[in-house]
Amino acid sequence: MAFLDLTHVRKVFAGTAAVEDFNLNIERGEFVSFLGPSGCGKTTTLRMIGGFELPSSGTITLEETDITFRPPNQRNVGMVFQAYALFPNMSVGDNVGFGMKIKKQPADKIRKRVGELLDLIHLPDKGNNYPYQLSGGQQQRVALARALAIEPQVLLLDEPLSALDAKIRDELRYEIRRIQRQLGITTIYVTHDQQEAMSLSDRVVVMSRGVMEQVGTPFEIYNYPRTPFVASFVGTLNQIQCTVVDAAKGIVAYNGQPLTPGSAVAAPNGSQVTLMLRPEELRLGPDGGENHLRGKIETVNFLGSTIRVTVNVGTAPVTLDVFNERKLKLPQVGDEYTLSFPPHACWVMPAVSS
Amino acid sequence: MKRNTWWSWFWILLGAIYLFAPLYATIAFSLKAEKDIVSSLAYRQVLQDPDFWHTFLFSIEMAVLTIIVSILLVVPTAYWVRLRLPQIRPLVELITLMPFVIPAIVLVFGLIRAYSGAPFHITNFSAGTNALLVGGYVVLALPYMYRAVDTGLSAIDVRTLTEAAQSLGAGWRTIIAQVIFPNLRVALLSGAFLTLATVIGEFTLASFLVGLNAFGPYMSQLGQNHAYESAALAIISFALTWGSLGLIQLFSRGVPGQAVVGGPR
Repeated sequence: MAFLDLTHVRKVFAGTAAVEDFNLNIERGEFVSFLGPSGCGKTTTLRMIGGFELPSSGTITLEETDITFRPPNQRNVGMVFQAYALFPNMSVGDNVGFGMKIKKQPADKIRKRVGELLDLIHLPDKGNNYPYQLSGGQQQRVALARALAIEPQVLLLDEPLSALDAKIRDELRYEIRRIQRQLGITTIYVTHDQQEAMSLSDRVVVMSRGVMEQVGTPFEIYNYPRTPFVASFVGTLNQIQCTVVDAAKGIVAYNGQPLTPGSAVAAPNGSQVTLMLRPEELRLGPDGGENHLRGKIETVNFLGSTIRVTVNVGTAPVTLDVFNERKLKLPQVGDEYTLSFPPHACWVMPAVSS
Repeated sequence: MKRNTWWSWFWILLGAIYLFAPLYATIAFSLKAEKDIVSSLAYRQVLQDPDFWHTFLFSIEMAVLTIIVSILLVVPTAYWVRLRLPQIRPLVELITLMPFVIPAIVLVFGLIRAYSGAPFHITNFSAGTNALLVGGYVVLALPYMYRAVDTGLSAIDVRTLTEAAQSLGAGWRTIIAQVIFPNLRVALLSGAFLTLATVIGEFTLASFLVGLNAFGPYMSQLGQNHAYESAALAIISFALTWGSLGLIQLFSRGVPGQAVVGGPR
């Protein structure tokens, strides 16, 4: 049995399943993100782990103890909310020490632990300040320290960075991961931001419409997506509608041009499939692999470390990313190019609409 | 534009005259207790009257009890409705507006009818009528107290603060005592002072339940026999009300720790 187990967890609101047959085993010390668009059920699942929603069916087990119907104040699960939720009437120090005070821990122990946590979040001098005197990023750090003060078995974070501006979000993202690694706390992080999920997590659970689409490491879900939703939701994706020419040999055709993913295609000859590949796998010029597409450059966007180029290859534009180099000669809009990519860079899925 | 400004000032002036002229007239009258001089005799006679202090302190005591009972009734109710039963909020709001619709005379007759006979017999002893009086005042003050508390709750994210406290191990009593009540301090003060102002001058319930023990009936009786003292008493009562409202203003001005909760809405 894993440290935290969710088994056939289901949640129904007014006849609609917000979470459907959710199964997940999380090991001690793991950082797992729930990633998906709004309404996919990720926050509902998190709230069921925290005890703020009761599952309609299924069980939640923490260290082999069934906590499915335990009230939230008896789960020893720390939670950080999107809206910080610091108690406005208490100072930073009192906020952080609140949980320990509830547990009737000695005052000197509370004082010591509050001091340690304020050092951990790099706010050692803010103990006497009130929440309204802090910036958003500082408030969220205090919220994190408050959740950690009770030494929870699991730390839950519900889109904690969504309310912050981009620069603060980046800084705090790495702070959260640093602290989590340092303390080794099992953490579940809910976000709709794939960059956050990919950069922070040991594993990512991609959800859509209440269903788990895929669980895997960031590398796995990015490079080996198992469903069209995961493929298109995570990262930028080129989707080329092809016709199967020879399923056994793995040959498909786009506008008469043969392409191959390098393995057999699980669809009958003549059927429509979608060939998928990431922008960074394509090369300008014929030397990038045996798959070729010919087209005219539509846009060139200089993004700093990469240049994003869209090329009209027929019915839809294809996007490719080129690493910036100082000696690089930028392609021009209207230029004709051959794009190339190796077979292993792409994969085929049943036909989806773009 | 200029003509509009003149008209605005005209209406402001007219409104001010309408409001302040009677007040001025009452003050002027109260200072005429001695012939041909401006005299504070009426005020001195009121403040030296032991009945004034007895009735005033009695009404203050009733007001304080009303405030305590109202807070203990309204705060958990408004909190629970916001947290768990938002669908009945319109019904609760309607109920809290009923005291505006039901005349105080109907309320007091109903109270006497219901509780004077068997099995209660509450009106047979003074503690009983005092309790009925407090109960009646709680009903009369309900619109003010509920509105104040509801407004206070709307300024804080009740649900998230509750869940945050629960995640840290707090039970309901701790949440209400250490998280909800302290963040409603300004709202509760506002409701308390409005309740105080309502109770101090209230006449109907007081005259039927406790007679001349209360400030309202005392003021009415004084007005029948002592014109100048009655005017002075009206000004004193007015000053008390304005003093209460001034205190609300003072306490509403951003007390540390009573500021905005962060995060998106």
